[in-house]
Amino acid sequence: MKNLKWKLLTIVGVIVFAAAMIYPPFDTPGHRGRISLGLDLKGGVQLVLRVKTDEALLYTSEDAAERLRLELREKNIAGPTITVPGPTRIVVAGVPPAMESAFRALADAQPGLAAQYNRTPGGTGFTFELKPNVRETLRTQAVEQALQTVERRVNALGVSEPIVAPYGTAGDQILVQLPGVNDPDQVKRLIGTTALLELKIVEAGPSSSQEALLQSSGGAVPPEMEVVTGADRSNPGSLSYYLVRKVAPVTGRDLSNARASVDENNLPAVAFSMNRAGAIKFGKLTGDNIGKPMAVILDHRVETVATIQGKITDNGQIFGNFTSQDVADMSLMLRSGALPAGLTYLEERTVGPTLGADSIRAGVTASLGGLALVAIFMLVYYKLSGTNAILSIVLNLLILLAFMAMAGAVMTLPGVAGFILTIGMGVDSNVLIFERIKEELAAGKGPRAAVAAGFDRVFWTIVDTHIASLVAAAFLFQFGTGPIRGFATTLVFGLLSNVFTAVFVSRTLFEFILSRREQPQSLSI
Amino acid sequence: MQIFSNTHYDFIKWRWHAIILSALVILAGAVMVVQRGLPLGIDFSGGTIVVYHFDKPVTEDAIRTAIESVPGEKVVQQYGKPGENSYSIRLPQVQGREEGFSLEEDARKLEAAVKAANIGTFTQISREVVGPAIGKDLQKKGLWATLFSILGITAYIALRFRLTFALGAIAATFHDILVTLAFLVFFGYDLSLNVIAALLTITGYSVNDTIVIFDRVRENMHTMRRDDLEKVVNESVNQTLGRTLITAGTTFLSVLALYLFGGEVLKGFAFTMLVGIISGTYSTIFIAAAVAILMSRRAAGLPAGAAAVASQAAGSSQAAGTTARPVSGGKKSATRSQRKANVR
Repeated sequence: MKNLKWKLLTIVGVIVFAAAMIYPPFDTPGHRGRISLGLDLKGGVQLVLRVKTDEALLYTSEDAAERLRLELREKNIAGPTITVPGPTRIVVAGVPPAMESAFRALADAQPGLAAQYNRTPGGTGFTFELKPNVRETLRTQAVEQALQTVERRVNALGVSEPIVAPYGTAGDQILVQLPGVNDPDQVKRLIGTTALLELKIVEAGPSSSQEALLQSSGGAVPPEMEVVTGADRSNPGSLSYYLVRKVAPVTGRDLSNARASVDENNLPAVAFSMNRAGAIKFGKLTGDNIGKPMAVILDHRVETVATIQGKITDNGQIFGNFTSQDVADMSLMLRSGALPAGLTYLEERTVGPTLGADSIRAGVTASLGGLALVAIFMLVYYKLSGTNAILSIVLNLLILLAFMAMAGAVMTLPGVAGFILTIGMGVDSNVLIFERIKEELAAGKGPRAAVAAGFDRVFWTIVDTHIASLVAAAFLFQFGTGPIRGFATTLVFGLLSNVFTAVFVSRTLFEFILSRREQPQSLSI
Repeated sequence: MQIFSNTHYDFIKWRWHAIILSALVILAGAVMVVQRGLPLGIDFSGGTIVVYHFDKPVTEDAIRTAIESVPGEKVVQQYGKPGENSYSIRLPQVQGREEGFSLEEDARKLEAAVKAANIGTFTQISREVVGPAIGKDLQKKGLWATLFSILGITAYIALRFRLTFALGAIAATFHDILVTLAFLVFFGYDLSLNVIAALLTITGYSVNDTIVIFDRVRENMHTMRRDDLEKVVNESVNQTLGRTLITAGTTFLSVLALYLFGGEVLKGFAFTMLVGIISGTYSTIFIAAAVAILMSRRAAGLPAGAAAVASQAAGSSQAAGTTARPVSGGKKSATRSQRKANVR
C-alpha cells in the first residue's frame, strides 16, 4: 500500500515536472516558447551550400608560386618559369643544371613551400605537390572560414534565429536556415558572393580587347599574370581589359572596415579603411608605385582604376557605377570578410508563411483527430480500463513534449507525424497488456493476479519491440536531414517515454483501482 | 467485448497462397518500375518544384499552356484541395547544369512564363530546388540507412531469439518494403525523403508485430513440448490475433487521420504508412512465422512436414538462459515444479 502511494507520487511528480518544462510551449508575442518550430512550419528559406575547397588550395599554390617568383627575381636568378597547372601542383621548368643546387637551397628556405609541398625532380626542373595532410587541413580550414563568413553575413541581415551549420558527411557542405525570409534570391547573392577584394598595380591596359592588351607581351599571358576586365567608363556596354599580377599585395583581409559613402561626384561609393598590417602593405604598394594606375578588383572584376597620387596608408574608396543597394551589399560583404573559396548551391527550399500555418493547422487537426478516434475505440472495447490507456497515452505525449523542450529539439511536420505514431505505439503496448489480462482472466485468474500476470508476461515483449524500433529510429536519425531528423527525434523520445507510461503508469493505475475495492471479483476490461 | 478470442484458424496452411499473392504484387510493382523507372522525388533525382496559389480559379491546362516555352518535361498538379486554387509545377533536373547560381533558373523561368501568360495573379507559396549532387548523396544514404536498420534489427532478434526467427523477420520486413513500394508505384506517389522515413518506420513497425508473435512462440514452446513447431506457431498467431488486429486497426485509424487532415505535405508519408500497416499485419500473420518454420526445418536438416519441437525447445531454453530472460521461462518452471510437488 505504501509502495503504491510512492508510485502515485512519482507519476504526479513526472506530470508536474513535464508541465513545467513545457510551459509556455510555443512562441507568443513577447515570450519565447519552449519548443521551437522548424522551417516547414514557420516558413523561411533553407539553403545547402558547398564550399569549392579546390579553390582554396589553388589560392595557396598560386601564392606559394608567386613568392618563389619574387624570391628568384630578388636573387637575380633568371631562366626558371613557374606555373600552377592544378590546385595542388606547382611546376618549375627550365632550371639550368648549374643552378640546380642553388635553386634547391632557395626552395628549402621558403617556409611555406618546404613545409607544405613534396618536391620531386622532373624534366629540367621540379614538381611541387601539396602534401595530402596539408590538403585536408586547408580544406577543413576553408570550410570553417566559409562557415564563419556566412554566419557573419547572415547575422548582418538581421534575420531572427538563423542557423548556419556544417552539413552532410562530405565535410564541405553548409546548411543555412533563415526563418521568415521569403526572397531567397537576394540572400543567396549576399551569402554566395566571394567578395574577394584585391588591390593591384595595372601592368598593362586598359585595352579594348585581350589581343590588343597582349601585343606587348607577345600574345600570351605570362604565367604570373592574369587578364581581368571591368566596365569601360567612356564606352558604356563594353569591357576594358587589364593585365595584372595574379597575386595581390593587398587584399580584403587587410581591411578593418568598409562602409557606404559617396565619391567626389556625390555618387554612391564604398569607403574602406585598413588595419595595421594592411596599412603597412598598402603604404609600400602606393609608395613604390606613385604615378602608376592601381586597380580595385572585386571577385576578379575591375571596379575602379585610379592613378596613385602619393603614398596612402590607411584608407581608400571604391567608386564606379553603383546604386546605393550595390554599395550597401558590397560594404556588408567586405566587412564580413571574403570567402576563402567560392560557394555553390546544392539545394534551396522556400516555404511561404501561409503554407507553414496551414501545415500547423493540419498537423494539429490530424493529431487530435487520431487521438479522438483511438480514445473512442479504447473506451468502447475496453470499457473502464480504456480510461487507463487514454491516461497513459496522454501522459506519454506530455512527456514527449517535455523531452523535446529539454533537448531543444525542433518541431517539424514529420515530427507531428512522429507524435501520431507515438499515439499508435502507446495504443499497441496497452492493447498487448489488456489482451493478456483478458486471457489470464479467461483462464480463471482473479483480477489482481490477472493484472500482475498480464504486465509481467508482456514486459519483455514490450522491451523487445521498443528496442527494435529504436534501432530503426537511430538509423533514421543518422541518415536524416533536418525534417527527417525531427521525425526520428520524436520517435526515439516517444518510444522511451512509452515504456514508462505503458508499463509503469498504466500498471499503477490498475493497482490503484483494485486497491480501492476489498475483494475485487471482476474487472471492467 | 471481445473479438477474435479463442480462434483456431489454420494460418500456416495458407502460407503458400500468401507467398504467391505477395510475389504477384511485388512482381507487378517491379514490372511497372522496369517500364517507367523508379518514381524518384526531387529529393533524390534533383529538380525544381514550385507551388503557386492563384487568386482566382485556373485550370491545369491553362498553366500547362503558359509554361510550354520552358524547356523540360513539366508536371502540373493540383496542390491541396480543389477549391484552394493551388498548383505545383515540377521540372526535372536539366542535365549538364551541375550546380551554382543557375540552380534557381528554372524556377525563375516558370514564374516569368506564368506571369506573361496573364492567367491570374498568383503568389509562390513554396519553392524547392535540389541539385543533382545532393540527390545522389541522399540516394546512397537512404539505401544504407534502410539496409543498416534491417541488419541491426536482425542482429537484435538473432540475439534475443534465434537466427531462423531473425530470417523470418527479415523476410517479412523486405516483403513489407517491397509491397509498399509496389503500391506507391501503382498510385503514382514519388519517393521523397518523407516517404523513405515512412518506409523505415514501417520496418520498425513490421518487426514489432513479428516480435510479439515470436515472443509468444517462445513462451508456448515450453507448454506445448509435444506439439510440432507448425502447431505451436499457428497457436501463437491465433492467440495474438486479437492484439495484432486491434493494434493495426487503431494505428491505421490515427494514420488515416493524418492522411485525411494532415495536409498536402504529409500525404505521401501517410499513404506509405497506411499501406505499410496493412502489409505489415498481413506479413506478420502469414509470412514471418512461415519463413521461420521453413528455415528452422532446413537448419534441423528435416524434410518438410516433420518437425522436432523438443530439440528446438531445448535450443530456445538455452538461448533464454544465455540472454537471461527472466519472466516466462523462470517463473513457469517454478510453478511447474510447485505443481509437481503438490501432486506428490
